[in-house]
Amino acid sequence: MATAAEPALDTPFVVAGREFRSRLMVGTGKYASNDQMARAIEASGAEVVTVAVRRVNLDRTKEEGVLYHLDPSRYFLLANTAGCFSADEAMRYARLARAAGFNEWIKLEVIGDGDTLLPDVAGLLEATRALASEGFQVLAYTNDDLITALRLEDAGAAVVMPLASPIGSGLGLLNPYSIRTIKHRLGVPVIVDAGVGTASDACVTMEQGVDGILMNTALAAARDPVRMATAMRLAVEAGRLAFLAGRMPRREVAVPSSPTVGMLD
Amino acid sequence: MTTTAARTRDELAGEAAPITLKVNGEPACLAPRSTLGDLLRSHELDPRLVVIEHNRVILRDRGGYDAVALTDGDLIEIVHFVGGG
Repeated sequence: MATAAEPALDTPFVVAGREFRSRLMVGTGKYASNDQMARAIEASGAEVVTVAVRRVNLDRTKEEGVLYHLDPSRYFLLANTAGCFSADEAMRYARLARAAGFNEWIKLEVIGDGDTLLPDVAGLLEATRALASEGFQVLAYTNDDLITALRLEDAGAAVVMPLASPIGSGLGLLNPYSIRTIKHRLGVPVIVDAGVGTASDACVTMEQGVDGILMNTALAAARDPVRMATAMRLAVEAGRLAFLAGRMPRREVAVPSSPTVGMLD
Repeated sequence: MTTTAARTRDELAGEAAPITLKVNGEPACLAPRSTLGDLLRSHELDPRLVVIEHNRVILRDRGGYDAVALTDGDLIEIVHFVGGG
């Protein structure tokens, strides 16, 4: 089963010095079962999967750890700082994640508001600067604001991850113009993180020219996560290829596709 | 009278006070002279799959937990990776 567009049709997808075949990254949260999670991730073709850092539940012991259900030699683990509301807290979680010994990557979230889960931009910039100077590859979850994205790149972010819409909302790509502008202006990869709800959202998002998409709830909360993961894999490929192919110009009037000459009297 | 070195841990436990500390935010009470290795074993935790903060310092030597003695008032955080986005 192909997991990405034919190499000849696409440019390499390189993030922080690593090349991947799939432009789809997926989360591991909120699945009905660990088995369902593993099958959905497999169907998605994703190579990068996100995980969260949390206290071990001392009453229930080991079964809840995600690495009991996901082979860390098969997937590239991207730890996040979800749930952190300050730069200091996010940095603490990032350092704990790195101490697990897998890699130096961190999906940095510094949340500013519990209702919308929109980022605290000041805290995000502070944490990005600090963690990048400690050698982290910072993938910074941010809003769809160009200036913040530019500042994050200046602060040393390896990847800027603007949202399509709020985390877990499934509202789709609310501002294609912003995403397109961010991609156009940044030198580092732009991976849209959060808000994609269904395959058409993923396709339209990739058509803006971004390098990839990270999603979780769209798969986990689908009625059939394995089917939706397959749909998302295809949608990301389709959107990517459509972007590279370049769409036809829009016209306000119809233009016939068949010859206008040779018609019968 | 035996020397300290010759006594078993159980004998010593009868003399020394237990260690009271916090593990993942919850009060805990451990036998005297307990180490982090003892704490992990008591919860059947694989040291390779957890990361430990000891009084806000991340322990990077994950093979050396048996050498980390616990003391009264210690704050221990044991974390691992869970599902998340």
